[in-house]
Amino acid sequence: MKATVIVTLKPTVLDPQGMTIQRSVQSMGLDGVEDIRQGKYFEVRLREDVSAEQGTALVQRLAKEVLTNPVIEEYRILWESL
Amino acid sequence: MKFGVVIFPGSNCDHDCYYAIQSVVGKPAAFIWHQETSLKGFDAIILPGGFAYGDYLRTGALAKFSPVMQAVRDFANKGGLVMGICNGFQILTEAALLPGALLKNVGRKYICKFLHIRAETTNTPFTNGLEKGQVLHIPIGHGDGNYFADEATLRELENNDQVVFRYCDAGGAVNASANPNGSLHNIAGILNAGRNVLGMMPHPDRSSEALLGSAHGKLIFESMVHALATAGR
Repeated sequence: MKATVIVTLKPTVLDPQGMTIQRSVQSMGLDGVEDIRQGKYFEVRLREDVSAEQGTALVQRLAKEVLTNPVIEEYRILWESL
Repeated sequence: MKFGVVIFPGSNCDHDCYYAIQSVVGKPAAFIWHQETSLKGFDAIILPGGFAYGDYLRTGALAKFSPVMQAVRDFANKGGLVMGICNGFQILTEAALLPGALLKNVGRKYICKFLHIRAETTNTPFTNGLEKGQVLHIPIGHGDGNYFADEATLRELENNDQVVFRYCDAGGAVNASANPNGSLHNIAGILNAGRNVLGMMPHPDRSSEALLGSAHGKLIFESMVHALATAGR
């Protein structure tokens, strides 16, 4: 089983990097981009003997307790069977 | 009275802190490797500045899993004095020993310069030797020093007198132009509710003697010494 965890800043948290990228995009002449928010992407591959149920709990815990700081970030998990 | 300075892989102000305590303030200090699980014999713990674990994932995010952090948590919960400077502050917020988080500076740049902070409270073991409103000349050196907390947390910090330092101008005025990194409420340092854990982005360790450009940082370490001496340590 493989999971992709996407971590983004909460909508209420300012993202200076995303803002800078957006300004650069404007100055290169690409019109029409309203907003860019930068985030993080993690690929997690689970060992074969881990059941679907165990794996779900495991990745959720990993996303919540390690990959995300709940004060400023949120996450979503995309699942993919191998 | 004994100070401990924790070394994480990537700490780089550990020697500055050790020197400030041992040689400038004149109290015993010792290094503590991050794999340590006991803080027996120590009366105050300093988490120094640097780039623990290369700032991988988030600043301070991986340091909170170092074995020593469980001991630091127990030490803090028993009322022991814990001070996090710069990366140490980031580690304390990640470990939830202090509320809030430190985001990238609003201007994106890493900023390394002297500036001014104002002591907002003297009712702490870290600022008892200062005067309320006293302006300190002190350096910062960080890329992620932009203090963030949600509205409710900020209100709590303000109402409970937990904001210890704010960025200000040379005259002590707190305003947007004196804010180097976008920190909410110009916050440069805060305390936990128990008032025994301090996190601050500026470096008292780099400003403890005139030769370094300012000796104001020494007042903070001396306050800790005073607090420990008063407690019979």
